[in-house]
Amino acid sequence: MAAIELSAIRKSFDRTDVLKGIDLKIEPGEFISLVGPSGCGKSTLLRIIAGLETQTSGQVRIDGEAVDGVRPSARNLAMVFQSYALYPHLTVFDNIAVPLRMRRLSAAQRLPLLGRLIPSRHRTERGIREDVERVAALLEISPLLSRKPGQLSGGQRQRVAVGRAIVRQPKAFLFDEPLSNLDAKLRVHMRAEIAQLHRRLKTTFVYVTHDQAEAMTMSGRIAVMIDGHLVQVGKPADVYDNPRDIRVAEFVGSPKINVLPGMVRADRGVEALGRPLELSAAAAAGACRICVRPERIELGGGPFAGTVTHLENMGAEAFVHVGCDGMVIPLVARIDDPRRLPEIGAPIGFGFAADAVRAFDASGKRIETTPRLRVIQPREPALV
Amino acid sequence: MTRRLPVWTVTRHAVLIAGALVILMPFIWMISTASKPQTEIFSSHLHLIPEHFALWDNLRAAFAKADLWRFLLNGLIVTVSVFTLQLLVALPAAYALAKLRFLGRDTLFALVVFCILIPPQATAIPVFLLLHKLGLLDSYAALILPFSISVFGIFLMRQFFKTVPDDLIDAARMDGISEFGIVWRVMLPTAIPAVTAFGIFSVVAHWNDYFWPLIVLNSEYLRTPPLGVANFRNNEAGTDYGPLMAAAMVVIAPLVIAFLLAQRRFIEGITMTGIK
Repeated sequence: MAAIELSAIRKSFDRTDVLKGIDLKIEPGEFISLVGPSGCGKSTLLRIIAGLETQTSGQVRIDGEAVDGVRPSARNLAMVFQSYALYPHLTVFDNIAVPLRMRRLSAAQRLPLLGRLIPSRHRTERGIREDVERVAALLEISPLLSRKPGQLSGGQRQRVAVGRAIVRQPKAFLFDEPLSNLDAKLRVHMRAEIAQLHRRLKTTFVYVTHDQAEAMTMSGRIAVMIDGHLVQVGKPADVYDNPRDIRVAEFVGSPKINVLPGMVRADRGVEALGRPLELSAAAAAGACRICVRPERIELGGGPFAGTVTHLENMGAEAFVHVGCDGMVIPLVARIDDPRRLPEIGAPIGFGFAADAVRAFDASGKRIETTPRLRVIQPREPALV
Repeated sequence: MTRRLPVWTVTRHAVLIAGALVILMPFIWMISTASKPQTEIFSSHLHLIPEHFALWDNLRAAFAKADLWRFLLNGLIVTVSVFTLQLLVALPAAYALAKLRFLGRDTLFALVVFCILIPPQATAIPVFLLLHKLGLLDSYAALILPFSISVFGIFLMRQFFKTVPDDLIDAARMDGISEFGIVWRVMLPTAIPAVTAFGIFSVVAHWNDYFWPLIVLNSEYLRTPPLGVANFRNNEAGTDYGPLMAAAMVVIAPLVIAFLLAQRRFIEGITMTGIK
């Protein structure tokens, strides 16, 4: 269990800045996800923590100790790679045993053939065997120990890669998109397994993913990275509910949050699509963007009008795409009961509660909004 | 398709058989001559199958005349040493050129490619003089050292290492394997097909090399197989074709057997160099 502290980490490749000053404190034993669109620098940051990449400036501290210039193996972190990176010529047993052999055996003992003659090697090997078998039992891969990685399925390789990481009980685990090579069903299953593994090991997990669903479902905290900046760090629910930046709002949540063109009037009143909302904003007058999550859109009545352009019935829920004037991308609304779907092409009214609104200014920063003190007329029940 | 056009199939096979004959004829002739007694070799009418089978006599004569075992042993010592040294140099060099980032890497690699273009004959005299100054002429070292760095080997292995995923190397670093350890414990085992292919090229080239041993050797006991066989021809008593051909058979036998054993790998190696 280790605390990892990043301060003012910068990284440039040639002339492009990949990381533009990252500060992050990772608490001991927490499960934190670094999430962001591809190319945002999250993998580079993870590799800097691992020591596989050197930062251009800034400092990495593990348990309070600066580790800049310390070799990756000496940092005592373990990493699981997207491609699993198993040694193709070694059996599963040997793959898991490699980190232990590198640590517990001397260079002479590791020599092929000759090493076997050194008496203490036998005892160490027995310890290694016990540890590998314990980990294999934990991950339910004991029957596979004598196979080569080429004979394993994607999910099994994934487990072996995790096994190789946990066998030496490192200070922290680094995961670099470990599930993105798996098919959708297996991914959901492994998500649960990795979360359980974290609960059992109680070690620090740093998990990099571009899949916001993975980040939301597994981690204690998520750190959203966009374009080399750490834009927001917080609990998944908090980041979902209270995005500080429109890029965070758009990245987190599926389907994407709806963005309506709006403005802040001179009297601090807020408009969306030219219609006033029951809100006032703590910001200067000007254009702004009004964001509402699909599940907060109420169809079948309200101040706004549009046309149903597309329906997505997922079985347990459904998404209605509504095209309306003034918006390029259709608005998406969620319906809990797919049996009451409107017709495609039908005109439809919609609205949303004032507290569902997240407003952002022209530069994408969040604008605080407060409900206007006015009696809100009871809306007619939704008729769809 | 083939059933509808038997003419085409027949022509195709006829052409292939003709080509194969042109290539195989010297070998067939060698075996034929090696099996004939002296009188038949010089007879005026052409026949492939000997009337009196004299292969054993010719072989016995060949082994009696020169120390063929010694030549074969020399060939083995030279090719194995050359190949081992080439690997010791080429694998780390190829790893550095393929996977490490350092200043001037691309220039170095361009130099390696450039060196492939230099024919060995062009550097023969300077290398000969160098060996002379070092006092190494007429020794195993003279046969082995000049070939210990194979730019072709570096190039071939570098191209192969390029295809090894970076994640694998990073995983090895996380596991605590040193950079040299990565070369021998991770890269070498994954590169076995490429190493085998390179090994075949290297062994064949140095087993059959005639030019370089001829230049640097004087002593008979150091002779490599082709040089040893040529020895039969130079004898003052006149060329004794039967034993000469029998000796030639003995000398190429190890390569033919090795080829038959590693045939699949050999084809792999050729197709691989064809791609890159």
